[in-house]
Amino acid sequence: MELQTLTYIVVGFTFALYIGIAVWARAGSTKDFYVAGGGVHPVANGMATAADWMSAASFISMAGLIAFMGYGGSVFLMGWTGGYVILAMLLAPYLRKYGKFTVPEFIGDRFYSKGARVVAVVCLIICSVTYVIGQMKGVGVAFSRFLEVSYDVGLYVGMAIVFIYAVLGGMKGITYTQIAQYCVLILAYTIPAIFISLQLTGNPFPQIGLGSTMADGSGTYLLDRLDQVVTELGFAQYSTQTRISTLNMFVYTLSLMIGTAGLPHVIIRFFTVPKVKDARSSAGYALLFIAILYTTAPAVAAMARLNLHQTIEPTAGQNLAYDERPDWFKNWEKTGLLAFEDKNGDGKITYNNGPDNEMVKVDRDIMVLANPEIAQLPNWVIALVAAGGLAAALSTAAGLLLAIASAISHDLLKGILTPDIDEKTELMWSRVSMIGAIVVAGYLGLNPPGFAAGTVALAFGLAASSIFPALMMGIFSKKVNMQGAIAGMICGIFVTLFYVFQHKGLFFISEWTYLESWGSNWFMGIEPNAFGAIGAVVNFVVAYVVSGMTGEPPQEVQDMVEYIRYPKGAGQAVDH
Amino acid sequence: MAFKSEDDAKNYWRENVSLVVKLMVIWFVVSFGCGILFADALNSIQLGGYKLGFWFAQQGSIYTFLVLIWYYAKAMGKLDAKYGVEEE
Repeated sequence: MELQTLTYIVVGFTFALYIGIAVWARAGSTKDFYVAGGGVHPVANGMATAADWMSAASFISMAGLIAFMGYGGSVFLMGWTGGYVILAMLLAPYLRKYGKFTVPEFIGDRFYSKGARVVAVVCLIICSVTYVIGQMKGVGVAFSRFLEVSYDVGLYVGMAIVFIYAVLGGMKGITYTQIAQYCVLILAYTIPAIFISLQLTGNPFPQIGLGSTMADGSGTYLLDRLDQVVTELGFAQYSTQTRISTLNMFVYTLSLMIGTAGLPHVIIRFFTVPKVKDARSSAGYALLFIAILYTTAPAVAAMARLNLHQTIEPTAGQNLAYDERPDWFKNWEKTGLLAFEDKNGDGKITYNNGPDNEMVKVDRDIMVLANPEIAQLPNWVIALVAAGGLAAALSTAAGLLLAIASAISHDLLKGILTPDIDEKTELMWSRVSMIGAIVVAGYLGLNPPGFAAGTVALAFGLAASSIFPALMMGIFSKKVNMQGAIAGMICGIFVTLFYVFQHKGLFFISEWTYLESWGSNWFMGIEPNAFGAIGAVVNFVVAYVVSGMTGEPPQEVQDMVEYIRYPKGAGQAVDH
Repeated sequence: MAFKSEDDAKNYWRENVSLVVKLMVIWFVVSFGCGILFADALNSIQLGGYKLGFWFAQQGSIYTFLVLIWYYAKAMGKLDAKYGVEEE
């Protein structure tokens, strides 16, 4: 069957499934809407968390990044999974014991201050909206390639789908939909990886295939072959190339770890399990489901890179003629994400790291989507990958929208501005703010000149430098007070924003950069994307110093800290 | 108060923190240590086709994280029971 027809069928079927589930599990109360009534099994919650958290970046971009960064790409693998360990041990059980709906609510209560709550809401909205834009962009790219519509149309379709199930379903609908989405995305990721691992190494497990010998009978290890191929073409050695420097890799990994632990839409997941005990095991299940994709990704990356070079240069010096290029090459050329320029006029493709390189554009984001085509897998596998990429983007977008909606309706309106509104009005406002967020994210997704790329890094930086330290100090210290927490959050954000804007342009407008974006002006050679960890250190130091100069928190707050430290007495998520 | 005494409350929290600290040390050594700081040195050892430092960075650390989270959930369950503060 035609690839496009198949793609329509597979994507159409999965979407019908998601919407069907959303309608079936429609939310009735605010509690259902925010936290699925607190009654989701840890395994189910783990799957939903995994889908929530594995975004278009994990599914579409990450393996592509690793393919070209080699060993340096490990920062994403360790950073995003290592953050889960912090979340599971340092935050999740305590926040579940605390037992309310939102992250700003905890910060507001713990630091007995509406000001702290507002600061937390602002951080949450900035980092969630920036994150949604990235998802919307992923949806647009995936739709435009596989349904052969324009990027704009792809984005509108995506907005409509997100709207239907996030706005109607609420958390309960989202949780069940996300379980379905997890299944789709993990199949879509692993099936092509298994095929390719079998082709290249004869081993069906990509995790083992990556460390095995080539199936061509040469007895060479796959990674050694890849190292040899890329170094001969003048690229850095795959298995040892560092990302800028060891120090930068260290700080970058740390930023991604604490940023992951501070992402509100992930934390909110742990409010949905029935018990504190379940919050602990739920994080374990989530990481298990995430690890299936994350341990496969390095294999996908290395094998895609090897296949790409071997397609273009099957044997050394025997380059592919441009006229004989395969279909996937032509299709991606149409999107502008792959480009060839015959510099020496010999009609053959030269791809290396030198001045005579003729592959003038190889976008990293196409690697996962193009991978099954490069490996000449059957069309149904390619269609499945499209559905998987969309599932990843949509599930994350929905979770983020929910976090935004609850921050606006529950924290800002109900908590601070208009405390008298009833449950129905609150529910209405959370739907209104979701719609608002979809429109804003869609608009920014349509106008992404240099914006979207910078913003995802900012989302992690902000979560790392503001929300994570506030939560951590709120649980593990009884002495940090209102003044300390607010000063800490503001300084943490300020330092991070200042550094990012300084090198990437004020509000990401590149003409407004006042120091160059690459290289010599970096603080200790640390790249802007990795600066969240430094912001977090500033936050901790400022909070402790300011708290030391002002008084201790009131006794009832210290008692509350005492109370969240053990599981006994944790109720269902509190009604209000 | 859910604990039998002030001392119990203190000891429970002390044991909790010391467990977390131990696990976080492993977390740090495997990812930041083996995966980043000592990766070069470990790369001289082969694990099948993997250089060992590379393996820790792209595979081993993730497997370790999984074990850590599961061990933590189990150990905390036991600790709760010991002090009688588990959920009904």
